[in-house]
Amino acid sequence: MVTAKEAVFKPVFENNPIAFQVLGICSALAVSISMSTTLVMCVAVIFVTTLSNFAVSLIRNRIPTNIRIIVQMVVIASLVIVVDQVLKAYAYDISKQLSVFVGLIITNCIVMGRAEAFAMANPPLISALDGFGTALGYSCMLIAVALIREPLGSGTLLGYTVLPKVADGGWYVPNGMLLLSPSAFFIIAMLIWALRSWKKAQVEPAQYQIAANIQYKGAM
Amino acid sequence: MEHYLSLFIRAVFIENMALAFFLGMCTFIAISKKISTAIGLGVAVTVVLAITTPVSNLIYNNLLREGALAWAGYPEVDLSFLGFLSYIGVVAAIVQILEMVLDRFVPFLYNALGVFLPLITVNCAILGAILMMVERDQTFLESTVFGLGAGVGWGLAITVLAGVREKLKYSDVPEGLRGLGITFVCVGLMALCFMSFGGIDI
Repeated sequence: MVTAKEAVFKPVFENNPIAFQVLGICSALAVSISMSTTLVMCVAVIFVTTLSNFAVSLIRNRIPTNIRIIVQMVVIASLVIVVDQVLKAYAYDISKQLSVFVGLIITNCIVMGRAEAFAMANPPLISALDGFGTALGYSCMLIAVALIREPLGSGTLLGYTVLPKVADGGWYVPNGMLLLSPSAFFIIAMLIWALRSWKKAQVEPAQYQIAANIQYKGAM
Repeated sequence: MEHYLSLFIRAVFIENMALAFFLGMCTFIAISKKISTAIGLGVAVTVVLAITTPVSNLIYNNLLREGALAWAGYPEVDLSFLGFLSYIGVVAAIVQILEMVLDRFVPFLYNALGVFLPLITVNCAILGAILMMVERDQTFLESTVFGLGAGVGWGLAITVLAGVREKLKYSDVPEGLRGLGITFVCVGLMALCFMSFGGIDI
């Protein structure tokens, strides 16, 4: 049995959905260009994952196994519709910037993966906590990427000037590369490297070992 | 004709689903270790995209959009908020039907693709293409071309990445970067390369 503390904090560093489980990368790359869109996305994902885990877990004993994927999809899609409508009503600009990515929370592997792997086998309360923790791990990674991309790419953080740009009479020459989406790949790779140097257990085994040069020794 | 050709080229190269919009990344990175499986998955995604995008287009234009229900006597009804639910339902249903049809009539293709078909439901490239099609307000024919192009582009990208990764396993990568890390760096470089297609117009 998983304790509540484990369910919430383990996904943040030990078992991070992005860095270790390779889940939910699509949105991580596209929305991390500015801090405000990132924060909105994080809140949306936390909301959807927590509630979908809770709801799926409530009905887990009544879902026929054959159609469970579709049932989970319907639960998740309904929650995402709620998020989308709320965003359109109260934060229209941000909802326009996020464009299709709000809808894509439905197919965000994190939500689906946790519903399938955890909520289908555990009681509601602990499932909700697990969903919250996993989404928190996702958010940490996303915020870390945005924290690098926004200040260095456009000199601002949440819209406030942090590094005054040369164009506005300051001293900082913005790195245009960080505004392009491929930069997110490099940043995430570096974060993974840092995380794995710290938590050695996550290092993947080498797929191929270069054999010792026996011929050379024999020739001696 | 030129319009559709341009749309196709644009969907394959310039607006490549995987390398320009980063959709379907989870499967893209998880299932790109071998070229043969990557090609299989690419074909499956192309088939599903080429069918679901036009079908969703029909559903959106004839059932969901504002005023679309005029033929049923409800001209003021706007059901577009039900979009997500209907599209994901369409994708799940078509993947299921495709699986059964292939199993019955084209068993060799079913055996080749079988493992990947259920996975495709949750591939964000599919839903992403559908949502983009809705956002751009495409016609039925445009959406068919766009869906096909998006699928071909995604399949091309995953095949190329699998080729890179097959060679990559012989290289001496720093410990912490091994596996996932170096794959990210490769995909990043590939995405930068694909950006050079930007601005091509036919």
